[in-house]
Amino acid sequence: MLKYAIKRVLLAIVTIFIISAITFFAMNAIPGGPFAKEKAPEPRIQAVLEERFNLDKPVGEQFFLYLRNLLSGDFGVSLKTGREISSTISSSFAISARLGGIAVLAALFFGLIFGSVAALRRGKWADRTIIFFTTLFVAVPSFILATLLLLIFSHTLGWFKVWSITDPNYTLPVVSLALYPMAYITRLTKSSMLDVLGQDYIRTARAKGVSEQIVIAKHALRNALIPVITYVGPLTAYILTGSLVVETVFTIGGLGTHFVTAINNRDYSMIMGTTIFLATLMVVMTLISDLLYKAIDPKITFD
Amino acid sequence: MSEYTPDTVPNKRPLSMQLDVGRFEPATAEEKAQHDIMRESTTFFRDGMRRLFKNPLAVISIIALLLLLITIFVAPLIVPYGYSEVIKVDGKRDRSITNMRPMTYSVMEQEKIDAGEYVFPHIFGTDELGRDYFIRVVFGARVSLAVGFFASIIVLVIGLLYGSISGYVGGKTDIIMMRIVDVIYSLPDTLMVILLSVVLQQVLGDSLKGTVLASLGNNMISMFIVFGLLYWVGMARLVRGQILSIKNNEYVLAARALGASAARIIRKHILPNCMSVIFISTALQIPSAIFTESFLSFIGLGVQAPMPSLGSLANLARGGMQIYPYKMLFPALGICLIVLSFNLLGDGLRDAFDPKLRR
Repeated sequence: MLKYAIKRVLLAIVTIFIISAITFFAMNAIPGGPFAKEKAPEPRIQAVLEERFNLDKPVGEQFFLYLRNLLSGDFGVSLKTGREISSTISSSFAISARLGGIAVLAALFFGLIFGSVAALRRGKWADRTIIFFTTLFVAVPSFILATLLLLIFSHTLGWFKVWSITDPNYTLPVVSLALYPMAYITRLTKSSMLDVLGQDYIRTARAKGVSEQIVIAKHALRNALIPVITYVGPLTAYILTGSLVVETVFTIGGLGTHFVTAINNRDYSMIMGTTIFLATLMVVMTLISDLLYKAIDPKITFD
Repeated sequence: MSEYTPDTVPNKRPLSMQLDVGRFEPATAEEKAQHDIMRESTTFFRDGMRRLFKNPLAVISIIALLLLLITIFVAPLIVPYGYSEVIKVDGKRDRSITNMRPMTYSVMEQEKIDAGEYVFPHIFGTDELGRDYFIRVVFGARVSLAVGFFASIIVLVIGLLYGSISGYVGGKTDIIMMRIVDVIYSLPDTLMVILLSVVLQQVLGDSLKGTVLASLGNNMISMFIVFGLLYWVGMARLVRGQILSIKNNEYVLAARALGASAARIIRKHILPNCMSVIFISTALQIPSAIFTESFLSFIGLGVQAPMPSLGSLANLARGGMQIYPYKMLFPALGICLIVLSFNLLGDGLRDAFDPKLRR
């Protein structure tokens, strides 16, 4: 297990390094420097500026300087606002993290419940209804869902207040973020639950006279959970990218909004910093879910 | 030697093993009928199609997709407006023609109708510049479908080549090729798509001007490049897994013993056997590509204006959402319909063709 964990951690570090390299060199390939505007500064001033931001050094050296700064938590400054990117990230990520966290929990909770119900009531109306809705939800892009929810429940019916920082209402953003992964988890849980319910040990437990609740809770659900754990990595990735869209629609000033603004403003240093930050987060979450999976599933052996 | 009939058969000798034909009865017509070939033996493909057409959801999705395809190809022939054309009445610009509701006419058009002339109706109304919204949605659906289709083809070709080489050659080549796939697989794809789209847009710049690709726009090209760079890894893994499981069958060994080349074995013996799984996965790739395109359109990296896509139309409609909700509804319904149909069709194909699901 330890050997496997070390191998995976090393692979994750290599991945993060590669992502940083791709991001850095891709951004460097964009023609024109940050000071190449219509009103170019005096050559002397430009030289000073370039020295200040290490732009006079070779690209390879710039990359390692950038990496060193990243490791000490310095993401550089935004080209448009001039603010420290790390402070923008740390202040706005708190909002995104809370929103995303609630969405992840909601997706897992309802997905597991609906998936189990669908498996246990296979072929009955409950199963059919759940599968009908999950099929439908998987076909709606999150920005359309978010806009429709906002229009219907907030604007027309007035059931939910529009988001504001002082009085945040998480319901609609969480629903629009969590519906797609919830539908996916429901289908995943259903199929793995059906698989588990057909196993011999379930029959053994029932034959021994164990009550149906305990069979489901202790024997079936725990084993059916294992494939769901592998989905936690992709789930985080989905929620993080989905939050770009959902935060913009609900005008929540989280990291997603800042990222989309940076893309529209062509704020390259901000795009670079946010991409590396979000990518690192995704890689770490995938790492955690893989390690959990291996730790929990007794059937997997380590070579 | 003449044929035996029950009467001419010589009597059986007491201890012989010879059958006593006299004790047999001729078959009745009914019994003979049982040996008739009721239907031709089916092939794998025909059998799968039969299953597919028994699945009502799959049939409905096929019909929906066919109707959609017919609409997007026929509608531009019938509707006299262009997707980027600001509508003019008798060569003059009509101020009242912007943001019209579905099936309404502008003031000048109404005058024309009153004068007894025919004006083609604006089925979905017009947009804020006075362009016919129906034809924009039709072209948007065209663009979205084309993106989904070509992206899947790119993924299929690269994944198929890479996966089959890796799986068939095996050994060190396989290990190295799969390590590369592992690394690309672990990259967060959506973020990389955003990043590469931002960069490629600037890098490609004007270099495409004057070529055939220019009409597609930088964003589309960069999206296809990104698909070609990143999204094939899933397909490559799938193909490799399939090939590994088929490669060790006896018929492959037999082909190799007869001296067939590697390319021939892959083409003739291995690929046809894993084609159904690959095909289904390609069908399911289409909606995911359409999703990615609409997502990119939303954050401002989609197709180039005035070219519409369903994603960019829906995104544009968000601005006037409270006043013109139908403008959002048409492209949104379009996306949902396409994605839903492909998902259902993919599920149906899997149920019909995947040998593992055979009952």
